Amino acid sequence: MHRTWLYLEALWSGFFVMGLELLGGRLLAPYFGSSIYVWGAIITVFMLALSVGYLLGGRWSRHAPTLRRLSLLLVAAAATAVPTMLFGDVLLDTLAEHVSDPRVGSLSAALLLFLVPTVISGMVSPYAVRLLVADRAGAGAAAGLLYFVSTFGSAAGTLLTSFFLVLYFDVNQILWAMTGISCLVGAIGAALAAAPEDAQS
Amino acid sequence: MRWAWRPWRPWRPWRAWRAALLLCAVVGCSVPGASALAPAQASDAGSVMQLLHAERSLYRQVLIYQQGGTRCLCFTRLCTIGRQSCMDVAQPDRLVFDYTRMMLGALLLGPPPQDILIIGLGGGTLPRALTHLLPQAQLDLVEIDPAVVQVASDYFAFRSDEHLHVHVEDGRTYVRHALRAGRQYDLIMLDAYDHQYIPEHMLTAEFLQEVHGLLRSGAVLAANTFSSSRLYDNESVTYRRVFGEFFNLRSANRVILTRLGGLPALDSVRANAARWAGEFRLLGFDPADLVGLYSRRVDWNTQARVLTDQYSPANLLNAR
Repeated sequence: MHRTWLYLEALWSGFFVMGLELLGGRLLAPYFGSSIYVWGAIITVFMLALSVGYLLGGRWSRHAPTLRRLSLLLVAAAATAVPTMLFGDVLLDTLAEHVSDPRVGSLSAALLLFLVPTVISGMVSPYAVRLLVADRAGAGAAAGLLYFVSTFGSAAGTLLTSFFLVLYFDVNQILWAMTGISCLVGAIGAALAAAPEDAQS
Repeated sequence: MRWAWRPWRPWRPWRAWRAALLLCAVVGCSVPGASALAPAQASDAGSVMQLLHAERSLYRQVLIYQQGGTRCLCFTRLCTIGRQSCMDVAQPDRLVFDYTRMMLGALLLGPPPQDILIIGLGGGTLPRALTHLLPQAQLDLVEIDPAVVQVASDYFAFRSDEHLHVHVEDGRTYVRHALRAGRQYDLIMLDAYDHQYIPEHMLTAEFLQEVHGLLRSGAVLAANTFSSSRLYDNESVTYRRVFGEFFNLRSANRVILTRLGGLPALDSVRANAARWAGEFRLLGFDPADLVGLYSRRVDWNTQARVLTDQYSPANLLNAR
């Protein structure tokens, strides 16, 4: 059960990151346009944040890794995305007011809004690999399955968000729902971790 | 996302296209997508469609075709989805498309405008016509794609001068900057939407509200938009929300015309048409012919959802 939930957390984390990225483009467009620079800025920030997240997640996994802490990462990523919904408009408005170059503007906006939640989301995969790997022989297989699951989640997040969710919901409704699901998945993970049953992890 | 993940295909169009086009002409098949609108088409039907220029810009393919005396800017190969802008090479001022005529119908709503903003350049047909009609007017022109500005000047005799300023910028950011700078216009034309891809942030109530803020009282807005698909309803209620009543001109395209402070009576539109008749002659049409299109009828679902910055799936709605 622990292992299954661990994969599910990786899957959801992948979904969350890409959902956030796509909707991020939506949020920035009214202020900085949807020129190629804006998408360039958003993708740069997400890639940069993920790379830093992988590094930090790997480091952190050396210190008494638990499913509970992994679950905490999901909740933290969601929590740091909340200011985007609450103050995103004000921040973007202020930025657009002071920065006229769309490249600088969109880059700083994307950094301020999405860097932290994406760094934390990036920590999930390497941390989960540490929890999954029992021996060196199985390490590649475990990591491969985890990458599969989390990237599949990203694909699902991209497709569902861009093809369906935006057709029925406001951007902020989708973001609130995603953070809610993150907290739920994280909370269940933490509860499972507290339960003594499973011998595998 | 759309641009980011698209693989850059190397493309050497010249030889292959020439051969394909020649074959097409020999077999006698008609040019795909050429069915709509252009009256110039009939006389050119027998001649070969020639590719004059092709490039991949930051945003799209930019293609220039010429068939007989008509030169067109297209964003898809062989203009399959619709031509952006066409010009009669022998008479560049003559308007080839219905929709450009309908857009100029904006002039029938009030006194001649002095400050004009056009968002979306295409082949530069609208600014060319407006410069001809209103030589003293000041035009600001916004186009996101530098390649489009380049081909407009290379192939469509488009020139900026002291009366016409070109801003290579996203339309929405231009509008925001202009608002902050306190700029005001007598006429704003939105011509930034094409069938392939709609800039969704330029179809929302918030955007239209910003545009509203740039209009002087009594100023006119003209928008070239969509006549089909589910988007028609959403777009209609969104314009209605921001501008109130509007004239809805429909042919193959749809043009929305509205004025701050209420629409003029049709009689005054007719009177303006008579006043403009002389100047419009060189453009190849009589504005009086347009008056029949000025409809106030509500022919959309008024319960449709208003497009906002939070909800603007314009491309998804347009696909339905």
